[in-house]
Amino acid sequence: MARESTFTNMVVTLFAVCLVAAAVLGGLYALTKEPIEAAQTAKINAAIGGVVPEFDNAPSAEKFTVEANGKQATVYPAKKGGEVVGYAIEASSSAGFGGNITLMVGFKPDGTIVNTSVISHAETPGLGAKISESESHFVTQFQGANPADPSFKFAVKKDGGSFDAITASTITSRAYIDVLNNAYNAFLNINKSGEAQQN
Amino acid sequence: MSKLSLITKGLIKDNPTFVLVLGMCPTLGTTTSAINGLGMGLATTFVLVLSNMLISAVASLIPSKVKIPCYIVIIASLVTVLQFVMQAYVPALYETLGLFIPLIVVNCIVLGRAEAYACKNSVIDSACDGLGIGLGFSLSLTVIGFVRELLGGLSIFGNKLCDGDGMLAFVLAPGAFLVLGYLMMLFNKAKAK
Repeated sequence: MARESTFTNMVVTLFAVCLVAAAVLGGLYALTKEPIEAAQTAKINAAIGGVVPEFDNAPSAEKFTVEANGKQATVYPAKKGGEVVGYAIEASSSAGFGGNITLMVGFKPDGTIVNTSVISHAETPGLGAKISESESHFVTQFQGANPADPSFKFAVKKDGGSFDAITASTITSRAYIDVLNNAYNAFLNINKSGEAQQN
Repeated sequence: MSKLSLITKGLIKDNPTFVLVLGMCPTLGTTTSAINGLGMGLATTFVLVLSNMLISAVASLIPSKVKIPCYIVIIASLVTVLQFVMQAYVPALYETLGLFIPLIVVNCIVLGRAEAYACKNSVIDSACDGLGIGLGFSLSLTVIGFVRELLGGLSIFGNKLCDGDGMLAFVLAPGAFLVLGYLMMLFNKAKAK
């Protein structure tokens, strides 16, 4: 049966168990690091492909970050034949019902939203989690909207805006639109910094 | 006791959810749909079988005063291994279950079986016990998830039956308690016969 619980025995056993566990986990971390990164890059690339017009460069290789209202957003420029055809912007908001919502938002160079796609969220399954249903009315209503156009007000109808909220998920819907606003602010800042680079 | 009866015992007689009433946190939290319940159950089964085998193999080497910390380290390591492997090779499944994987560590079924069964029995018997309890857990979670999904979202395994929103309360936490309570009553009534 079990060994005697002397001080030495206990210290040695705990040390050995932790050492083996740490070695196994460390080894496995090193082994799985690359596949995990590859899986995440594949996911980002799929998200970019879904939200910007057709492109022929590798947007994830040309990514850069811009700051808007104190928030960082990652920008993936999509180019075709060297011309910028759109920007995929990864932005987030902490105003979700379950914490952070991160989206990939695609803009045409004039600021029109092409499409949006959810990268990560922690919303209630069956309610707020509907934001990840990419064919739903809530998600598709943003396609073709331009935040610069005064006829679109980026808020849910309950707050006097132009967009429907998901039934029983107003907080999530507000946060989704908050992300779009953050992404648009980041978009405006790229144009500024882009012009600065060209000059 | 035969290996088969060791496995079937976990399904009905010692069903972890409806009879032993263990592991309520993942039971209530993850059963918003049948597929989530099934996934959580199978992930737990995997950890349970491995942790039971490992603990039964090393139990005689561990002084009794430090056995709980040692078991927790073993279980937590197994869960992290599962998490890394899923994240690397089945990212789609990890997307749906990712949130719940770390919860397996604090699932008292795993520690409970280690303490009550694995540390006193052979490796093979412990594996069978882990498999039985794990399958029982998967079964209960799937049934609870099925009922909640059906009433709350009007769908079966993600397939919408008809338009409409169903009774939203069943997808939220209060519905979990209601469904669990009624199913527990039905299960024990059927078992008592």
